[in-house]
Amino acid sequence: MATFLQLLFTGLGIGAIYALVALGFVLLIRAANVVNFAQGQFAMLGAYFLVIGINVLELPYPVAIVMSVVLMAAFGVIFAGATYWPLRHRGGLPVIISTIGASIFLENTVLVLYGPSPEVLPNLFDSPGIQVGPVFMDSQYLAILVSAVLLVGLQYLIFEKTLLGKKLQATSQDKEMASLLGIPVAGMILFTFAYSSMLGGIAGMLVAPVLFVSVGMGGLIALKAFAANIIGGYGSIPGAILGGLSLGVAETMGASYISVPYKDAFAFAMLLMFLMVRPQGLFGEKISEKA
Amino acid sequence: MSVNLASARVWRGTPQAIVACAAVIGLALIAPGEGYYLNILMQAATYAIAVSGLVIVLGYCGQISIAQAAFFGIGAYGVAIGTADFGLGFFPAMLCGVGAAGLLGLILGLGSLRLGGHYLAMVTISFQQIMTLFATNWISFTHGPDGIRNIPRPTLWGLSFQNGHAFLALCFVSLVLVTWMVWRLKTGRLGRAMQAVRDNELAAGTCGINVFATKVIAFGMSAVVGGVGGALFAGGFQYISPDQFTFAESIVLLTMALLGGAQSPFGSLVGTMLLVMLPEWLRFLKQVYLAVYGAAVILIMVFLPDGLWGLMLDRVIRRAKPIVGTVAPLPLLSEHGVESDEIVLKVEGLAKHFGGVKALDGVDLAVRRGSVHALIGPNGSGKSTFINVVTGLYKPTSGRVIFMGQDLTQAAPYVRNRAGLARTYQNIRVFRGMTVLENVMVGAERPGNDIAENPAAVVERALAALDFVGLRGDAHKQVGTLSYGHQRYVEIARGLAASPQTLLLDEPAAGLNMTEKHELGELLRRLKGHGMTILIIDHDMNLVEQVADHITVLNFGRRIADGLPNEVLAHPDVIAAYLGEPRNEAA
Repeated sequence: MATFLQLLFTGLGIGAIYALVALGFVLLIRAANVVNFAQGQFAMLGAYFLVIGINVLELPYPVAIVMSVVLMAAFGVIFAGATYWPLRHRGGLPVIISTIGASIFLENTVLVLYGPSPEVLPNLFDSPGIQVGPVFMDSQYLAILVSAVLLVGLQYLIFEKTLLGKKLQATSQDKEMASLLGIPVAGMILFTFAYSSMLGGIAGMLVAPVLFVSVGMGGLIALKAFAANIIGGYGSIPGAILGGLSLGVAETMGASYISVPYKDAFAFAMLLMFLMVRPQGLFGEKISEKA
Repeated sequence: MSVNLASARVWRGTPQAIVACAAVIGLALIAPGEGYYLNILMQAATYAIAVSGLVIVLGYCGQISIAQAAFFGIGAYGVAIGTADFGLGFFPAMLCGVGAAGLLGLILGLGSLRLGGHYLAMVTISFQQIMTLFATNWISFTHGPDGIRNIPRPTLWGLSFQNGHAFLALCFVSLVLVTWMVWRLKTGRLGRAMQAVRDNELAAGTCGINVFATKVIAFGMSAVVGGVGGALFAGGFQYISPDQFTFAESIVLLTMALLGGAQSPFGSLVGTMLLVMLPEWLRFLKQVYLAVYGAAVILIMVFLPDGLWGLMLDRVIRRAKPIVGTVAPLPLLSEHGVESDEIVLKVEGLAKHFGGVKALDGVDLAVRRGSVHALIGPNGSGKSTFINVVTGLYKPTSGRVIFMGQDLTQAAPYVRNRAGLARTYQNIRVFRGMTVLENVMVGAERPGNDIAENPAAVVERALAALDFVGLRGDAHKQVGTLSYGHQRYVEIARGLAASPQTLLLDEPAAGLNMTEKHELGELLRRLKGHGMTILIIDHDMNLVEQVADHITVLNFGRRIADGLPNEVLAHPDVIAAYLGEPRNEAA
């Protein structure tokens, strides 16, 4: 039981990372109908910005984090300009392919600049963690969970309680109508790209001290985030969160109880299971095109 | 047969393929028999085969597969494991590998293709990662990260492929055959169905195409072709290891298809050659070249949407040649032409609720053979929902749809079309990547149509339908270059070519100008004169009055009137629905 609780804690921590990346992914789908295959590279990029801030510029942690978040937001806008904007009228497929291109570009550019050996970041806290009953709560995992809860809460407040959130929602529901109401649709979409890039980046920064910071870290996280989306329900925000968390837990349990080398296969197995049995996911609606 | 068209010829491309085979055998014999350049050629040939698979699934069918390197690897591992550990010959082992690739492709396709296009992309990325995990970790079966050495080359019918020239010739000839088959696929019935699915899934379904099955077949074929390339790769290099079949390689294969032009096997050939050579030319870039790859993908999507081959076709080759010769008139018009009391389409108590909104609430309707039946009603009265439920795009909440005596209430759209129900769309749904003629041929190829199995007759039927709507001269144009009104005629011709028992026209006059509306009226009157059974939905009273034999009026999802035109149009409820309730003048 003690092991189980310990694994649950670790699984939720990892799952929160998947959930954050998945969240950015869903927001782009909803706002711009873009399936972004470079979402994982956002996480990778965020982690490397942090590496630059802390290891190269030797900034204190909070300053480095703020700098990285701002850089990620700016990057999101540049990303939109390169991969989405020129192709936005040509249907879903070209944009998907160009985001795949962007993911390769980003990974290999960082590879050229930083080399294949992983970077190590110091822990955020001096204390290794706290013991709660049978569970040892690692401070970094706690930080992940707390930050994820805060971010989701903040997002809820922005989307539900502010005018900006209402405009974003209107844009995602009906662009034409939104623009007739005087909502700057293009601006809303760019904002979503920036925000989504920020979320991905923060996920990468949070996970950086736990994993090593490496060029390939994004691809695997993105894969899990995609799976989380389908498990939770394509295009559903609560689905992305719950899907991410359950995937993190399932994977951690699977690695511990079944097999370590095939740890990464559990996400895929769950994904296939959902596709066969419940393709609309936990929270999804049946998606059908309007005739 | 007075019309002769390239796509209808059984032997099309065969002489060219034979010449190409002879040429590549010659090339293989004079090429270096070993060393670096042999390896480059071998790699180019086997990669090009795998890339042709992507042409099928991505170029023709519009589904993104990011696991082509995995299927390539499965083919390669089939040969390696089969020959090394199971003592099979090269070709039996190749058969196992290719079979395994095809089988896994089918399973993946069946699991993911019922849903939208991005699902396949995600599932194939996952599959790609899993295959790499297996190849690396399942050491007892795959020999793990060290790979498999000394893979033998085959001997067939006394012909030895041991030396480099001979095996290269085998790869080249396979490449020619695969290219030839993929090229022929494009202009054949299955290939047209794939392209129709790519361009418009909904319209493909209502043209009698089983969309899901078509996508699964395309993906399965691409997996098989990928496996073939991989098997030859294993024989060519005689050594394989997991790192040759990773996600990065899948991306390389995808880029090759896109760069050359995913719509054509020749394009993919150009793309492959270029990208196999490019790293050699770009040696000075060292590790940067993968980053250049990534950037190239984006640039290709932005600036070269049809790839290099597409660009060449546009600039140099593409020429629209008019088709001369006469065609027999559309037979359907005389066949079903007698007006009778037989009920072709019967709808009983049809209801469709979207949450609390009752878009349709118990509608009855009966269309008699040879009549023009109009369904009218103000905006939001449920007309479009009605036609979408009848053609199977929406599932009804309750009620029944009986067509030609068959209960089709639960049937998929393509089943209804095969039974003889054709339709057009209010917001035009043509297949934009295809020519006018190809669009109409998709209609003519409806399974169940009398001529669907005969390629030459399909062309003739399609031309006859185009003749009828007056677009024969535009047959070879890309459909997107036509005006809005003419695209609507292409849709009508597509429906007519299917020789339907009933043609459903969903607001055909929407978006047309006065002249075009007048022409449409003429066309409908001609169709009516031939006795075509038509159910037409429209706002335009003028048009409806001109052609309708019978009118049903909907309002708020209910039928408020039904009968002969003059009776219905004088009905007080109908006037009230259209013009509003009269004021009480007496008060």
